[in-house]
Amino acid sequence: MTLTMFTLNAFYGLALAMNMFIIASGLNLIFGVLRVINFAHGMFYMFGAYITFTVAKTWGAPFFVGVLAAAAALGLIAFVVERLLLRHLYDKEHLMQLLFTFALVLLMSDAAKMIWGTDQYSVGYPPGMGGAVNLGFVMLPQYQLFLCVVGPLIAVAMWFVVDRTRWGRVVRAATQDREMLAALGVNVPMVYAAVFTIGSALAGVGGALAAPRIALVPGMDATIINECFIIVIIGGLGNMWGSFLGALAFGFVVQFGTVLAPNWQDVLPYLLMLAVLIVRPWGLLGRPEAGH
Amino acid sequence: MPSYRQLIASAIVVLLLALLPLAGSRYAIDLTTEVLIYALFALSLNVLIGFTGNISFGHAAYFAIGGYACAILLTTYGWPLALALPAAVVLAGLVAAVVGYFCVRLTQIYFAMLTLAFAMLVWGVAFKWKEVTGGDDGFTGIKMPAMISHHIGYFYFTLITVAAGIAALWVICHSAFGLTLVAIRENSVRAGFIGVDTRHMRWAAFTVAGTFGGLAGALFGMYHRGMYIENAFWTESANVLIMVLLGGIYSFIGPIIGAAVLHLLQTFTNQYTPYWPTVLGLILLVIVMVLPDGLIGLARRVRGRGGRP
Repeated sequence: MTLTMFTLNAFYGLALAMNMFIIASGLNLIFGVLRVINFAHGMFYMFGAYITFTVAKTWGAPFFVGVLAAAAALGLIAFVVERLLLRHLYDKEHLMQLLFTFALVLLMSDAAKMIWGTDQYSVGYPPGMGGAVNLGFVMLPQYQLFLCVVGPLIAVAMWFVVDRTRWGRVVRAATQDREMLAALGVNVPMVYAAVFTIGSALAGVGGALAAPRIALVPGMDATIINECFIIVIIGGLGNMWGSFLGALAFGFVVQFGTVLAPNWQDVLPYLLMLAVLIVRPWGLLGRPEAGH
Repeated sequence: MPSYRQLIASAIVVLLLALLPLAGSRYAIDLTTEVLIYALFALSLNVLIGFTGNISFGHAAYFAIGGYACAILLTTYGWPLALALPAAVVLAGLVAAVVGYFCVRLTQIYFAMLTLAFAMLVWGVAFKWKEVTGGDDGFTGIKMPAMISHHIGYFYFTLITVAAGIAALWVICHSAFGLTLVAIRENSVRAGFIGVDTRHMRWAAFTVAGTFGGLAGALFGMYHRGMYIENAFWTESANVLIMVLLGGIYSFIGPIIGAAVLHLLQTFTNQYTPYWPTVLGLILLVIVMVLPDGLIGLARRVRGRGGRP
C-alpha cells in the first residue's frame, strides 16, 4: 500500500469514525445517565437522514438547515416520548426499558415507510463541499474533512459541558444517586428528559451528516444501531472518551478491512469487540459494574 | 415430579394435537407445526430469562446454528437425520457453552449486550461464509428423509420432538438445578452465600438454553426446507424475547402460550395489513406499560391469586 493510498484510507477511516462518534456519543450519554439502552437510537439516526433529505432536497432548503431541522425534530420526538412514556419505566427492570425502545423501533419503522416509502434516496454534498483539498501527494475530499473537524468539536463541547459546567455536574450527579440529587432540590425528571432529548438530537445530527455519504434506504437503522453498540461497548458503556476511542478503532478497522480483507469488513468490528471484551470485559475505558 | 393433574392435562393436549391431521386442513397443520417450533424456542430462552434472571438478546444465534448445521449436514454432507439432528443440537450447545463462558462474567445490561454481540457475529459468519451457508441467498433445498418429507409426517415428527424437548426442559427446570437457578434469579448474592457457584450455574443455564434453541432451529430449518440469514438477525432474538414476555416469564408454560399467541397473531395480521410491526409495537407497549408479568400473570390476577407463583 503506497503512502497515498494509506493516507487516503486512514483519512476515510477517520471521517467514518467521527460520523459514528457523533451518533454513538448520544447513545452513550443516554446510557450513562438514564441506564437505558436505546434500541431506537438507530431509528432516530435514520429519521435524521430522511428529514435532511426532505428539507434539503424536496423543499430545496440549504443542507445545514436540514441538519438543524433533523436535530430539532428528533429532540422534540425524544422529549415527547420521554415525558409521556419512558419516564414511567425507570423504576422497572432493564428488560422493560429495552423492550420499550424496541417497540419504538417497530412503530417508527412503519411510520417511516408511510412517510417516505421504500425507495432509495440520496442527498448530495452541500455546495462548496463536493471538491477535494490537494495536499501534494494526496487529494482529501472536503466533506470528509468537514466531518473530521465537526467530530472532535462535538467531543470537546460535550466534555466541556459535562466536566466543566454546573449543569454537567448535575448530570454526573444524576448518574451516581438520583434520590440524593432530588433531595438537594434538583428537578431530576427534567435532567433525564434533557439528557434523552440531547442524546437523541445527536442521533439526528449524525444521520443528517451521514446523509451525503450514504444511500438512504429502509433498514439503515438496524445496521447503525449494531455499529453504535460495538463502539460504545469497545470504549466502555457510559464513558464519552471511550466512545471516541471506540469510534476511531471502528472507523479504521472498517476502512482498512474493506481494502485488505474485502467481504469480511462486516464481521471485523465484531471480532474487534470480542477481542477487547475478552481482555477487558468492561471496555477500554469502562469500569467494572457495581457488585464486582 | 409433575402432579397427576399436570400429566393428564399434558397428555390430553398432545393427544388432541395428534388428532389434528384428521381434520385434514393443510393450513392448520402447517400453522401448528410452526407454533410448536416457536414454543420450544421460547421455552429454551426462558431457562435463561425466567429461571435465571439473565436477559439474552442473542438467542437467535443458537436457533440459527442448529438450523444451519442440521441443514448443511443433511444436504452438503448427506448425513442421515438420526446423526445430523443430534450433531446440530450438540454443536449449538457447544457454541452456547463457549459464548456463555464469556457472557456470564457480566450481568444485567452488560450481559445482554454481549449476547447480542456474539449473536451478530454468528449472523456475520452466516452472511459472509457464502460457500457453506449460501450467504444472503440463504441455504435452500434441504434434503429431507422420505419419512418426514410429507407435511403430515413432519407434523408428527415435530410434535414428538417438541413434546420430548418440552418434557426434558420441564424436568431440568424443576430439578435441584432449576431451583438453584431460581435462587440465583431471586437473590444472586445470597445464593452465593449459601455456597452456590452462581457463575457456574448461569453458564450451565446458558448452555441448556442454547442447546434447546438449536433443536428448535433444526426443526425450523427442515420445516421451511431452508435457513436464511434473517433467522440469525437480532430482530429474531427480539421476537422470541417478546414471545417469552407476552406469555409470562414466571411460569413454565407462559412462553408456550406467548409463542402461540404471537405467532398466530402475526399470521392473521399479515393477511389483512402489511403493518405487522406497528401491531407488534403496540403489543409491546401494552406488555411494558401494563402487563409486565404477561398473559399468565394477567390470568392469575383475574383469578385473584396475585402475581408471582
